[in-house]
Amino acid sequence: MPQALAIHDLHKVYPNGKVALRGISLEVAEGDFYALLGPNGAGKSTTIGIVTSLVRKTAGRVEVFGHDIDRQFSQAKACIGLVPQEFNFNIFEKPIDILLNQAGYYGVERRRACARAEALLEHLGLWDARNQPARFLSGGMKRRLIIARALVHDPRLLILDEPTAGVDIELRRTLWRFLREINAAGTTIILTTHYLEEAETLCRNIGIIDHGRLIENTSMRRLLAKLHVETFVLDLAAPVAAPPVLPGYTVRRIDETCLEVDVPKDKPLNRLFAELDAAGIQVVSLRNKVNRLEELFVRLVGEGRAALAEA
Amino acid sequence: MDARRQWIALCTLVRREVRRFMRIWTQTLLPPVITTTLYYLIFGALIGPRIGPMGGVPYIQYIAPGLIMMSVITNAYSNVVSSFYGAKFQRNIDEMLVSPMPNAIIVLGFVIGGIARALCVGAAVTVVSLLFTDLTIHHLAVVVSTAVLTAALFSLAGLVNAIFANSFDDINIVPTFVLTPLIYLGGVFYSIEVLPAFWRSVSLFNPMLYMVNVFRYGVLGVSDVQVVGAYAVMAGITAVLFLLNLYLLERSSSLRS
Ligand SMILES: Nc1ncnc2c1ncn2[C@@H]1O[C@H](COP(=O)(O)OP(=O)(O)OP(=O)(O)O)[C@@H](O)[C@H]1O
Ligand SMILES: [Mg+2]
Repeated sequence: MPQALAIHDLHKVYPNGKVALRGISLEVAEGDFYALLGPNGAGKSTTIGIVTSLVRKTAGRVEVFGHDIDRQFSQAKACIGLVPQEFNFNIFEKPIDILLNQAGYYGVERRRACARAEALLEHLGLWDARNQPARFLSGGMKRRLIIARALVHDPRLLILDEPTAGVDIELRRTLWRFLREINAAGTTIILTTHYLEEAETLCRNIGIIDHGRLIENTSMRRLLAKLHVETFVLDLAAPVAAPPVLPGYTVRRIDETCLEVDVPKDKPLNRLFAELDAAGIQVVSLRNKVNRLEELFVRLVGEGRAALAEA
Repeated sequence: MDARRQWIALCTLVRREVRRFMRIWTQTLLPPVITTTLYYLIFGALIGPRIGPMGGVPYIQYIAPGLIMMSVITNAYSNVVSSFYGAKFQRNIDEMLVSPMPNAIIVLGFVIGGIARALCVGAAVTVVSLLFTDLTIHHLAVVVSTAVLTAALFSLAGLVNAIFANSFDDINIVPTFVLTPLIYLGGVFYSIEVLPAFWRSVSLFNPMLYMVNVFRYGVLGVSDVQVVGAYAVMAGITAVLFLLNLYLLERSSSLRS
């Protein structure tokens, strides 16, 4: 069975000379939930633009469910639903018309399009706003509108470019649930995001792009396994003058009542507390320093850049 | 995309275009009606009787076909240029570009939209004309086919302009500096018979002259030009513009970077 998406050695140089992609190859299996991560300007949107034919590639090959996007553009495009990073609907049109038009452009029959559009508007909480010009929608509603628009023709591959940018926590969780449902029902999903928590909760596989190169392409589980050290922040009952020496742990003193401890995965936390006890230090509270994935991300990108500098 | 789906896509585009100009009818349908009423009042009713007959008919009758054609031309052009440029400006053109619609359907959709507006306005202006003068149509087939062909031609021209345009200024330059002068000098208000020989020959290079005159021939049965040749020229330009638009949609860097 062909992959939902197969990208081979993709290069992009924009007309102004900016090199955006320097040879990206990746595959996304049918049914997958794939995260494309990378810092600002890494080339995520460019990659998505090429796949959805909004950006012209300089070199390389792209296949969607086995359809080459150049030679079988119509079949390839019919499989894809795109949620772009920027709002790009006509602000004077009504949500219902925006959905019906999009369905029409894909050749969906009017009656089916109506049923589908109404179901999506209902499901995404846009029903009451369906007949007012789209410019009156709030930011979160606009996000939902472009998600509904991408789904109106029932695509097999849904591509979302930062679908939860500028979306509040509650709505973000609603959208996560919604995307999980769609994925469970068989739609392959690719999303880009800057919220690593989002990638961690939703996605099974992950690719990290930086400076137009794919620096990591693996499963979420294997990626998280690379995290062998976790950092905890401890608030103390009484001030300490210097960081205590605890064998096997790296300790830094942040201020007189706050310590930071790096705990390797293979050392139990109990031992840390035993050591702290022995040193006569009482801990009032404990928390994770930052999202561990975020830390890993920064490290990977840093390593990728260092490797580039050497090469 | 099979033929059935292409048909659905085309109907969707046309419906969208028609609803757009209907929604903003005070900007699209009303102004031409007001301006033509003024033309009839001033040039037809007030000044016309002093001019006397032109081309063998009363002046007010002579200018009627020209005024109808003028509204057909400008409305076809401006409908497509503003609709397509607007879609490009707001980027909702991407909705079409990501879809499996072939470019030919996109071009056809906008062109049919332009023709629809041109014919609506043309019909409205005709009704206004009937308030001021009698019009008996000599060749209905000629009238309708010229109007449709001319509207198609200028819709396609508007599309070329919209694809190239990078600002709202760019969509006004051609109508102001090219279309309007050519229309006014294209025999809307006078027969080229009244011109000195030199300017008469120069006028023959103005494409508007042929369209206005063939249309006038359809309505009044009088014309400055050869009818069959004029059709051939219009059909030829229309075909070339259609192909040019297909090429531009495929290649233009203002649509896909
Ligand atoms: N139309 C364009 N013309 C020239 N350069 C461009 C264009 N679009 C993007 N770029 C450049 O290409 C590079 C990749 O941009 P891209 O939008 O793909 O990044 P991204 O990974 O999506 O970033 P972000 O997370 O900020 O959305 C950037 O350096 C950007 O400035
Ligand atoms: Mg982006």
